[in-house]
Amino acid sequence: MSHAPDHPAHLAHHYETPRQQFEAGKLGMWLFLVTEVLLFGGLFCWYAVYRANQPEVFLAGHRYLDKSLGGLNTIVLIVSSVTMALAVRAAQLGNRRALLGFLAATFLFACCFLGVKYVEYSHKIRDGLLPGRHFQPAAEKTGAGRVPVAPADAPPDAPPAPAPADPAPAGAPAPPPGAADAPRLVPSAAGPEGLAPPPTREVAAEAGRKSVHLFFGIYFVMTGLHGLHVIAGMIVIAWLFFRARRGAFSPSYWLPVDLGGLYWHLVDVIWIFLFPLLYLIH
Amino acid sequence: MENHAAAEPHVHVVPLRLLLGVGALLIVLTGVTVGVTYVDLGRLNVVVALAIAVVKATFVALYFMHLRWDRPLNAVVFLTALGCVVLFVLLAILDTGQYHTDRIPDHAPAVHR
Repeated sequence: MSHAPDHPAHLAHHYETPRQQFEAGKLGMWLFLVTEVLLFGGLFCWYAVYRANQPEVFLAGHRYLDKSLGGLNTIVLIVSSVTMALAVRAAQLGNRRALLGFLAATFLFACCFLGVKYVEYSHKIRDGLLPGRHFQPAAEKTGAGRVPVAPADAPPDAPPAPAPADPAPAGAPAPPPGAADAPRLVPSAAGPEGLAPPPTREVAAEAGRKSVHLFFGIYFVMTGLHGLHVIAGMIVIAWLFFRARRGAFSPSYWLPVDLGGLYWHLVDVIWIFLFPLLYLIH
Repeated sequence: MENHAAAEPHVHVVPLRLLLGVGALLIVLTGVTVGVTYVDLGRLNVVVALAIAVVKATFVALYFMHLRWDRPLNAVVFLTALGCVVLFVLLAILDTGQYHTDRIPDHAPAVHR
């Protein structure tokens, strides 16, 4: 059990060599990232099924989100990934000051991300844009057009509106160019009295607005779980910072910085997919 | 432990310019994915958005996460998980395509083509 003369302090006693410890640590981290990928994979599957079933709900829902705030957060996370990669590089080179600086920068960018998220969430909570039965858009309270559509005349609990008298006249003219970003809708079912009319773009848009609470269920679960991962990553970065300040890392031992970095980059990768899927629906 | 070189972990320091270049590319691609939203490509819009996201994620994995220089086993482990997720989502969408439930009263289902 006695340490060999060249058995450094950072080498756990159950490893033969630093290299073995390094590679075991890396593989272990990648296996953990696999479980994260599968966790979010289930949520992406949920998203895919709902969106395939009700594209109009997602089209209606994304209009409530602020593309510029989402884009800003994407850039903040990418920059934080760069600073994290630079932190790993500084640790490899044994530059402790740069390591501390880049870890602090990564932490601050993570704070920025959560700050923007706070602004977004508080707008949604104030506007009643919450999942399920908590969805109570209060357009009249929001003023200044925070809510881009005005669902005040159709509260979510109201009975379905009667079918329009003339939903889809045969040989209807092409829809106006203004509705170009509505989903392309085709008839696909025969009713008892022949082919049921396909919903017009207006009918589909109205149906999407009525069910938009489904979108917010997905939005809050996916971005919320991602936000929890950001917080977990910040805890890891803070821990790395304090260890680095005590001088725990050196050019021959920087594995924890590398593993924390891997986790942080995965959080970035997940947001890279969430951003277009939630904010940029066409 | 006689072979000291083999005992030390393999260290690859990523060049500074490469890291900054990848970061800049990721920000440019973010701009592209926002811009392409304003172009009507029909059902291809979501495909393009996902393709750009895959390219961005690949760059993050290869350069920020060191997969390009890592032991191949780590990449194999990661890609296996990603493959499982892709299969999972694709099979679920295939199945969903078989059911066109009537969701808008008095209208045929709104099928996204």
